[in-house]
Parts: sequence; C-alpha cells; structure tokens
Amino acid sequence: MTRAIRLLRRRLVGSVFVLLIVVIGSFLLLEAAPGDAVDAYIVSTGGDAGMIELLRHRWGLDQSELTRLANYLWALLHLDLGQSVTFSRPIRDVILERLPTTLILMGSATALSFGLGSALGIYAGARPGSFRDRFLSIGSLALYAVPGFWLGLVLIVVFAVDLRWLPIGGIETIASAKTGLARAGDIATHLVLPVSALGFIYLALYLRMMRAGMAEAWRQDFVLAARARGLPRRRLVLAHVARNALLPLVTMLGLQSAQMLGGSVVIESVFAVPGLGRLAQEAVAGRDTPLLLGIILVSAVLVIVINLLVDLAYAFLDPRVGAGEAGA
Amino acid sequence: MSGLTISRRGLLAGSALLLASTALPAIGRAQTPKKGGRLIVAADSEPRNLNPAIVASNDVFFISSKVVETLAEASFDGKDGLQPRLARSWEGAADGRSVTFKLRDGVKWHDGKPFTSADVAFSALQVWKPLQNLGRTVFKDLEAVDTPDELTAVFKFAKPTPFQLIRNALPALSSVVPKHIYEVGKIEDNPANNAPVGTGPFKFAEYKAGQYYRLVRNDAYWGKDEPYLDEIVYQVLPDRTSAAAALEAEEIQLAAFSAVPLADLDRISKVPGLKVITKGYEGLTYQLVVEINHRRKELADLKVRQAIAHAIDKDFVVKTIFLGYAATATGPVPKHDPQFYTADVPTYPFDVAKANELLDEAGYKRADDGKRFALKLLPAPYFNETKQFGDYLRQALAAIGIDAQIVNNDSAAHMKAVYTDHAFDLAVGPPVFRGDPAISTTILVQSGIPDGVPFSNQGGYKNPELDALIAKASETLDTAARTELYKEFQKKVAADLPLINVAEWSFISVARDTVGNIANNPRWAVSNWADTYLAG
Repeated sequence: MTRAIRLLRRRLVGSVFVLLIVVIGSFLLLEAAPGDAVDAYIVSTGGDAGMIELLRHRWGLDQSELTRLANYLWALLHLDLGQSVTFSRPIRDVILERLPTTLILMGSATALSFGLGSALGIYAGARPGSFRDRFLSIGSLALYAVPGFWLGLVLIVVFAVDLRWLPIGGIETIASAKTGLARAGDIATHLVLPVSALGFIYLALYLRMMRAGMAEAWRQDFVLAARARGLPRRRLVLAHVARNALLPLVTMLGLQSAQMLGGSVVIESVFAVPGLGRLAQEAVAGRDTPLLLGIILVSAVLVIVINLLVDLAYAFLDPRVGAGEAGA
Repeated sequence: MSGLTISRRGLLAGSALLLASTALPAIGRAQTPKKGGRLIVAADSEPRNLNPAIVASNDVFFISSKVVETLAEASFDGKDGLQPRLARSWEGAADGRSVTFKLRDGVKWHDGKPFTSADVAFSALQVWKPLQNLGRTVFKDLEAVDTPDELTAVFKFAKPTPFQLIRNALPALSSVVPKHIYEVGKIEDNPANNAPVGTGPFKFAEYKAGQYYRLVRNDAYWGKDEPYLDEIVYQVLPDRTSAAAALEAEEIQLAAFSAVPLADLDRISKVPGLKVITKGYEGLTYQLVVEINHRRKELADLKVRQAIAHAIDKDFVVKTIFLGYAATATGPVPKHDPQFYTADVPTYPFDVAKANELLDEAGYKRADDGKRFALKLLPAPYFNETKQFGDYLRQALAAIGIDAQIVNNDSAAHMKAVYTDHAFDLAVGPPVFRGDPAISTTILVQSGIPDGVPFSNQGGYKNPELDALIAKASETLDTAARTELYKEFQKKVAADLPLINVAEWSFISVARDTVGNIANNPRWAVSNWADTYLAG
C-alpha cells in the first residue's frame, strides 16, 4: 500500500509541471495561429471597423498576449477556467456538459478494442503461424489502415441508411424526453456505431501486441518447463503464455488513452456526437483560446489519471514492478 | 400547391440557372395544408448569438426568423418585392428625412405583452443602429423614431436617406425585439440573445449544445390558422455527408442551405420520397469573386486585370465546379436582381490568346521558363466551391504564364490574411448581394475603408470617380435616378475591374416529399415558416 501512495505522490508533483508546460505551450501555439476569435466570428456576420473594435475590447483581445496568459494562469490558480468566447458561457460548464459523453465513448471504445483485441490476440497467439493467426493479423492490419471517418461513413451507410437498424448519429434521440432505463437504452443504441468505428481501428494494436508477446513467450524456458510438467494446453496458454504477454498491453492502454481522445475528434464529427473532441475542433476554428486550453487541460488530467491507474494496475499484475524501489 | 406555382413564376422571371426539372416531382400533387407534426431540419452551425436584431446573418436567421419577426419579408409578387409582416404599410417622405410605418394590430409577444411602436423605436435606435452588423451602416443617419400612437413608428433621418434602400433592407435588417425584455441591463449580455423572445409563429423552447434547437408552436400567433407545424427541431449535424444520410434514413425531413453537397444531389434526387429544390434563395445570392490586391505593381495595371478576366472560363466554372447550379456573372450585381441589374457592361469572353496578348502589351513578357510573374492566391475556405475555384484559377493563370501559388488557410486565418494584413495578391471570396448595392456591395470597391473590415475593399483600390458615384447614389432619393446610378456603377466596375465577378450562386434544399409550402418566397430558408406543413 505504501508503494502505491509513494507512486501517487511522486506522480502528482510531476503532473503539476506537466500541466503547466501543457497550458503555456498550448497558449503560445494558439497565439501563433493567424487570426483571433473576432476574425473567426466575423466570417459569418461581417461588420464595420467600429463593431470589430468593440468586439475585441469586450472579449479582452485588445490586451497583450502576456497579460492574457498571466490573467489566465492567475484565474487557473483559483480553479477558474474562465469564460468561453464562442459560447459566452463559463468554460467549466461547457466542458462538464460534454465530458461524460466523451468518457462513455472513449471508455466503451477502449473496452472494445482492448477486450476483443486481446481475446483475438490470444486466439491467434495460441498457435503462431497457423492459418487463423495469419488471417486475424492481416484482417486487423487492414482495419488499422482504414481512416476512422471512412469506417464511420461506411457503418452509417450500411447500418443506418440501408438496414436502418441503428440511428445515424447523435448521442440520444433528439427532444424525446426519455428518462431512466429507456434513456440508457437509447444512448446505448446511439453509441454502437461510433464505438465500433473508434474501437475497431485500435483493435489491431492490441491484437498484434498480444500475438507477438505470446509468440515470444512460447520460446521461453519457463514455457518449455511448464510443457514438460505436462500442464493442460488450455492452462498453459492462458495462465503462462498469455499472462506474460498481457503486461505490455496494459502499458499500451495508458498510452492509447491519449490517442483515443485525438481519434474521437473525427468520430464525434462524423456521428454528430456532442463530445469533447468536437468541442476542441470548434474551439480551434473559433480561436477560442481559453476554451481550448480548458479542454487540453481536462484531457491532460484525464491522461495523467489513466496512466496512474495503469501504473497501479501494473504493479498489481506484475509483482516485480517496484521491487527495487522497496529497498531504496 | 400554390407555393410552387409562385416559385415557378419566380423561376421564369429569373434566370436560367435554376434547374426546373429537379423540383418537378412535387408539382401537380395538390395537397391541402395539414396541421400538426414535428419538422426536423439539419443545422450545420450553432451561432453564438441568436438575436437577429444584433446579428443579421443567415445562420442566425435560419433558426431565429421563426421566433423574431421583421417589419416586412421578401416576396416573389408583392409590391417592391415585399410582403407585410409586423408592419402593414410603409411610406417614405419626399425629402428622404422620414419613413412612416403602420404596424399590425393585435400582435403579442411570446410572453403575452402587446407589441407596440415603442418596441420598433427601441429596436431601431438601441439595437439596429448601434449594434447590428448591417444596421450600423444602413441606419447610421437614423436620428429618432417618433411614436405618435401605439401602431405608428416614424423613422427620422439626420441626412436624406433613399427610401428604396430602407425598403430593400427591411427583410434582413428589421428584426424587432421586445423593449420590455431588452431595456434591463446591457443589450449584448441579455439572456434573450440565446433564447430569443419574439412575435413569430414559433416560440423558442430549448437548446442542447451540440445536439439540437427546438421551437414550439405559438398558439397566439397573429396569422390566421398559422402556424401549421407543432414543432421545428434543428438537429446539429456538423459533418456535411451526414445530412444526406439522415435524409435518406428519414431521421430528418429537410436540409437547407446546401447542407447536402452538390456532388450528392444527382444521387439524392433519385431517392424515392426526396425532392431537390433550387428555389427559395433568390434573395440570398452569393457571388464568386476574384479579389485583387492593387498594391502589387502588376495588378495595378488594368491590362493585367483584363488578361486575368479573359483567362477565366466562366461557363466551365459554372458547369464543372457548381455542376450547373449557378450562373455566370457580368458585374457586381447579380443577373436575377429585379431592380438594379444591367447587362450593358464591358464583358471579358474566355480568350487565352487575347489574355496573353494583353500581358505582352503590358510589358510582362514570358521568361525562358514560360512564366511572366508569380502571385500568391488565397481561396476563401468557407465553401467547397471557393476552394475548388482556387484550384481552377491557378491552372487558368498558368495558361497565361502567371504562376499562382495557393495558400490555404482556415476561416479565421484567411480573414486576417486578406482583410487585415493584406498578405495576398489574389483572393477568392464569396460576398453576398443583399438586394441593394448600398448594403454590402459598394463597400467591395469603395476606398477609404479602415483595415480589418471584412468583405470590403482591402485591396488598396482607389478610384475617385467610382467613389464619387457611390457617394452620389447613397444620397439620391429618386428611385429611378438611384437605380440608374447603380447601373452606371456596374459599368464602371466591369470596365476598371477592381475585382472580377465570376459567378453567382444560391443554395439548394433537399426535403422529403411530405414537407409542403417550401420555397414560396425569395428568402424562404430564413423566413418564418408559418405556412410550412407536413403532409401524411
């Protein structure tokens, strides 16, 4: 237990620095992008010089970059994410409204790609070089090579337009006033296609990794020994070969969470899911710096937390981790 | 369907750009309007401010025009192209110093309070004039609004203002908001900007960010038996391909503003139960324009500009980029504008040999590599068509020895590069013609506009003669004389080419056959939809 607490403490201190670098870096990057929130806004409205000046003043864009950064950091210190320019609402509210959707989408997609990926990986890795191994490897690679938006569109055409089994997009039936279980079911049906589109792409990674790890484990001495002991094949595959191959997958899970967030930008647009990814895209297009910083910050916290959990799980799965530390 | 006969007439009176055949399936099936039902419509943007009195733009009108009404709406067959809404009649004084509006009786705001001339006076003086993107220009000389009684509003102008301009501005610029709601606190921060309150046939019910807007029937609406629909729901579909799919899957019933891309229309028009409608946007014309930076020595030479104009095959652009859903342009006023257009202007037929000759004459001979000079070309990213035309223009210029390098930006960056930094040689822009050249057209060529004003002359073009003409037209009160001046304006622009007008296009709607009374006025998508209904 103390090991876990020490890990936690060390991580938290490190995280603060990571977050600070992320915020300042993103701010400078966004400032370097040509055009500001007013430029983005007047694209759809037009307006005269006086109106534009008025807008810049009201949105605080007539202040210097440094002042704005300092103001932002100062507010952040008080846990205030500021006001969104494009939504004219507090950023905290805007993000909190979208966060659950993205979490459900990402969580389900990760579960799908990890669960199905590793299961198929075990199936393929149980007999490396067999027909099923080659079939699954090639099939998953093909899926991995498919762009996410295209897979999404194909799923829409087949399952929503032609077969009409599933809704085309959105997170729930619009303006339906469903509650409780009916609503949960409704959301689940809406999630099937986006989760598949997002999950299937990353499935290949887990499958290939599992399979490669198992192929390597088969050549290890302990497997030979276990075989010599006459263990049943099923037990050999699951408890000895697969368990050893599982560890890098858990690491991957942590790394993958960041990529999933990136992938959800595209998938959320294609399926009209009101999540954080789409919000980020809108924030960039609208040059809404504080909003984008808020999203990046929340995403960074998310990734840090997930990786922390992964590390904890790692320590649990593999007793060797942290053993050196215990003596130090 | 009376709406369709009207729109067919509009079509015949208009130009050949609108394809009649695509709307035929719906014609001849007489249906009587039916009450009730929920119309689900695709929306591709979520405006940050839904108050049409402050933001007079199509994406706001698309939603808010059903809630907040204007004094008058555009019409195919009404006098001066108008039909009454909140105003029953309007009369301009001969000296151009005042316009008198007689208002509709018995109109109530959605919260039950009566609508009066005080609301009109408040909207005009406190909102349109100081805050509205377009009103700040058109109503700049509005001094006072007298309200002798509850149903009369008299606009008083400090300088003579053409009645024709005020009339033409009514459909887009005259959204009336309730005084009793907006007189508390700052108008820009009023919560009603995000949940509008108006007099329209529909009340604003709810907005779920990233998902939908919902409007519900206003039972106390002044129009007899109107509205027909119980609800209008705008489903937010950010991806352009998904609108077509949602129509096919019957999840939505209408996609306006070309939410279905042109390339999909051919296929969609063959889907049973769907109709493609090219009408209802006659009052919302976008112009495909080559913006020119006259600070570049080469481009300041008229011969070079003429050469560029001759190098562009406008017919090809219309056929290939717009797939026929557009018309070639001759000048700064679109062909189907009923009041101002003149075809009597210098034209530049597609002629590569002549273009090359003009460039030789101008002294820009081809170098050994066949190139005369290089230019930076910035196509506006707002429409697929503006980007595609950028690619076309690059090739067209290559044929006359001009090496154009394309710079692609997103909207905000394009805005800054062209209208603030002037970091372009040529740009492709889509300005909007709003029914009167004085609203947003003359500004494209007029000099003396501060840096940073979007959709204005930022190319450093200066022509005192043209400036004088624009100034004269802006204070000419007589409608016929004013119209004549704008014809002169078109000739001068086409002759001197401060910019090159290439094509004109409007939008396309795709709807299920069950949606009735579509496209029955020239600004249908941004009108109030009181008579729209769902059959069966």
